[in-house]
Amino acid sequence: MQGLLHQLISGLTTGGIYASLALALVMIYQATHHVNFAQGEMATFSTYIALTLIEAGFPYWVAFALTLVTSFAIGAVIERVLMRPMANAPVLASVGIFIGLLLIFNSVTGWIFTYTLRPFPSPFGEGAPLLGGLVSRHEAGSAGVTLAVLVLVFLFFRFTKVGLAMRAAALNPVSSRLVGVRVGRMLALGWGLAAAIGAVAGMMVAPVVFLDPNMMGGVLLYAFAGALLGGITSPVGAVVGGFLVGVMENIGGAYIVGTELKLTIALIIIVAVLVLKPSGLFGRVVVSRV
Amino acid sequence: MLAWAALLAFAAVVPTLLASNYQLFQLTMVAVYAIAILGLNIVTGFNGQISLGHGAFFAIGAYVTAILMSNYDWPYWLTLPVAGVACGVVGYLLGFPALRLGGLYLALTTLALAVATPQLLKYKLLEDWTGGVQGVTISKPDPPFGLPLSQDQWLYLFALAVGAVLFLLTANLVTGRIGRAMRAIRDHPLAAEAMGIDVAQFKTRTFAVGAALTGIGGALDAVAVQFVSPDSFGSFLSIVLFVGLVVGGVGSIPGTILGAVFIEFVPLVAQGISDAAPGAVYGAILIAFLFLLPSGVAGMLRSGWTRLAKTANAIKR
Amino acid sequence: MNRRSFLLSATGIAAGIAAPRLVRADAPGVTATDIKIGNTIPYSGPASSYGAIGRGLTAWWKMINDGGGIGGRKITFISYDDGYVPAKTVEQVRRLVEQDDVSFVLNPLGTPSNTAIQKYMNTKKVPQLFVATGADKWGNYKEYPWTIGWQPSYRTEAQIYAKYMQETIKDPKVAVLYQNDDFGKDYLIGLKDALGGKYDNVVVKTVSYEVTDPTIDSQAITLQGTGANVLVTAATPKFAAQMIRKIFDINWKPTHFMTNVSVSVGSVITPAGPEKAVGMITAAYDKDWTDPNFKQDAGMLKWLAFMQKYMPDADLTDANYVYAYGVGTTTAQVLTQCGSDLSRENIMKQAANLKDLEVPTVLPGIKINTSPTNYHPIRQMQLQKWNGKAWELFGSVIAGADV
Repeated sequence: MQGLLHQLISGLTTGGIYASLALALVMIYQATHHVNFAQGEMATFSTYIALTLIEAGFPYWVAFALTLVTSFAIGAVIERVLMRPMANAPVLASVGIFIGLLLIFNSVTGWIFTYTLRPFPSPFGEGAPLLGGLVSRHEAGSAGVTLAVLVLVFLFFRFTKVGLAMRAAALNPVSSRLVGVRVGRMLALGWGLAAAIGAVAGMMVAPVVFLDPNMMGGVLLYAFAGALLGGITSPVGAVVGGFLVGVMENIGGAYIVGTELKLTIALIIIVAVLVLKPSGLFGRVVVSRV
Repeated sequence: MLAWAALLAFAAVVPTLLASNYQLFQLTMVAVYAIAILGLNIVTGFNGQISLGHGAFFAIGAYVTAILMSNYDWPYWLTLPVAGVACGVVGYLLGFPALRLGGLYLALTTLALAVATPQLLKYKLLEDWTGGVQGVTISKPDPPFGLPLSQDQWLYLFALAVGAVLFLLTANLVTGRIGRAMRAIRDHPLAAEAMGIDVAQFKTRTFAVGAALTGIGGALDAVAVQFVSPDSFGSFLSIVLFVGLVVGGVGSIPGTILGAVFIEFVPLVAQGISDAAPGAVYGAILIAFLFLLPSGVAGMLRSGWTRLAKTANAIKR
Repeated sequence: MNRRSFLLSATGIAAGIAAPRLVRADAPGVTATDIKIGNTIPYSGPASSYGAIGRGLTAWWKMINDGGGIGGRKITFISYDDGYVPAKTVEQVRRLVEQDDVSFVLNPLGTPSNTAIQKYMNTKKVPQLFVATGADKWGNYKEYPWTIGWQPSYRTEAQIYAKYMQETIKDPKVAVLYQNDDFGKDYLIGLKDALGGKYDNVVVKTVSYEVTDPTIDSQAITLQGTGANVLVTAATPKFAAQMIRKIFDINWKPTHFMTNVSVSVGSVITPAGPEKAVGMITAAYDKDWTDPNFKQDAGMLKWLAFMQKYMPDADLTDANYVYAYGVGTTTAQVLTQCGSDLSRENIMKQAANLKDLEVPTVLPGIKINTSPTNYHPIRQMQLQKWNGKAWELFGSVIAGADV
């Protein structure tokens, strides 16, 4: 029984990692109705930028802020330069660009920063772990950060004009333009915010899993599963989904199918959600009229 | 048609006589990739279902061949149709959930499949057959009837023949009624349904055909490389096939050959630029093509050809 | 002496003097001035951290060339990326052998990659020298006489741990964490071989992880739940560091054996936290640059000079460079021993003819020995324990064969 409890708690902490990246995925989806396959690699790249700043002597939170700004800029530039011309192209073209970005970011990160493992500092201190060693100070702290980002995102989309404009621009660009929404600006803003959230995710994840260019490779799949499970249109759903996937993966791996099929569990979750309830647990069902 | 026959004869005779064994091996790999991309083209190019997981079918085909050859001593040429049928069945079954998924979600799900494939191949329950992480080694076939050819020469001709047959069949398929229906579903699914096309049946069957083709490519790959192991079939393979598709020309049969040439020879060029960056080179070229040459090299050649023909006509007048 | 015999003997003497510079027709890849060596290693993809070995070897041969080469010949070292995909390895090796005409292939990396090319290399009779994997099967001189390993096999390592464990721990109950690929599974096989019939009694649980798993927390908890008092970790650096930290945090203190692959102070222990790894045991054969014990060691200073001159921007804490130096030294010795006969047969013969070779970067007391019936160049390792600040060697150098 105790083992089960431990696995549960451990699943929640791992799920926190997935939840933080899932938030970035939700942001980009809400803003553009695209799911950016390269989000994980961009997050890794941002984390390396943060590490470079920290090693150059900047205090942690200054480096944190600078990284957020830089990531925002990178995201906005990508939208402007690569995605804007593809606005009316078929889905295949966007998918191709995401794949291309994934390949480029992954290779460039490895090329510039080499493949040696690097520790990443945590702002929450290295003190004694909590809950009998199952939850480190950092994991608790980063869960807190994830929830804080979640609240900000939720408030942004629900209660601000810009958030509303962004959702409108994604849902119906033509009508939005007629109403005065600057669609292009909204898209760039969305990409920038998603990149920034991804950077936060990276900086929270790196102290736990250590930084290397392939850090987010595995996380991305589980984050997708979490975002889909919770509902890709709902920030709350994505976070809940992330935690749920973490728990399912742990329990499934430990008790049901063994650790050798964990990726398959993620795959099955994705397929099951998309086939049975595509809008996820918390998402809105979208009805398109013919 | 005559032009194609001539090209085929040229491709059969010239390299066999002039190329070294290693170069023939490379050309055999081009044939392998061409068949694999053909399968992807059917599903994604002609039918609009974005698959980022075709590497899984390639893997299944390769393993079917490897297992039949090494565990049951089957002759290599007999394993090819079995690999095709096996992949076709799997493709058909996967086609069902794929029906519910639209463009982006299907891409995402098939990518998940690609990522999970190596783990599935390593699974211990299947280990007795698949050899687990150690893989399966098979022997290269000898030329039949004691023909005075080297193994590489024979394998190249065999791959070329298989490829030619498959290309012919596929070309027939897509230029006919079925092909038009496939493209209708790709371009405007609602209209297609309204016109009476059974979209669900078409899509699943297309998936089956596409999977079967790529599976045969995988089977040939196993025979050519003489080794299969889970690490050969990771997500990068699926991504590379996708890149080959886009570069060659989405929805173009001749384009698949160009895409295969690209996949086979570009890494050699990329290595000259930087060791660590073949991924970046693929990514950059992929994006460049999407922007500049969305119909791939085939499209560029075709429009160039058309322009040439128009100019020739104008001059004639 | 008449003129005829004088001329004959003069011709004979002249021929004798000229002979070392004449190259035998059956020494492919070798000219009067040049030896071509091929190599494949993952420079891209998930295993690309091992690309450092390829870079290290490239720098090594540059250093050799700057010193005049071997036997008056410069080395052309051609290293290709195989992305850790065995099909690609086959392609690149065929290119090296058939198009680039290399003399032999040195230190190709990865068990599946080497399995893929083994038959080809042996059929074509091209030396597959000093393969970069610890699988035990590379010592199979009977079936594959053209393939030879270099580092101690994982089986040897497991045997050493098993022996030590049985001697020092009463009623050992072993839990194993292993990476779900050829490396991790080789370890399991090594343990099974080492423990023999006792395996089922002694090993209570084995748990795997994938390279794509973000963390191994779940696995650690599962293993702790078994109540085992011994843990064997067959993991690559990232997961090794995570495991060290996790078992400390969850307050589980088994006797912890860590695979030799993941014991670098810089890449594993420092990220995990040096105080959390206290008591961890490993078997080593290479010197660790980040270990304070070796900062003044003559052999390591030689290595340091090499790194500073030929790879000034490289990360000195990366143990791959020490490994590459060792492989390079061994290969240079083989080529020197070949003398003027650089045929593939002789290269292979000399590779199987190393006697008590001392390598500057290998632990003192460990020597390289090969013979026509012994294709495991390094069979000795020494146990060392982490004391919180450095690795402490203890016991004596143990030979795998004696275990």
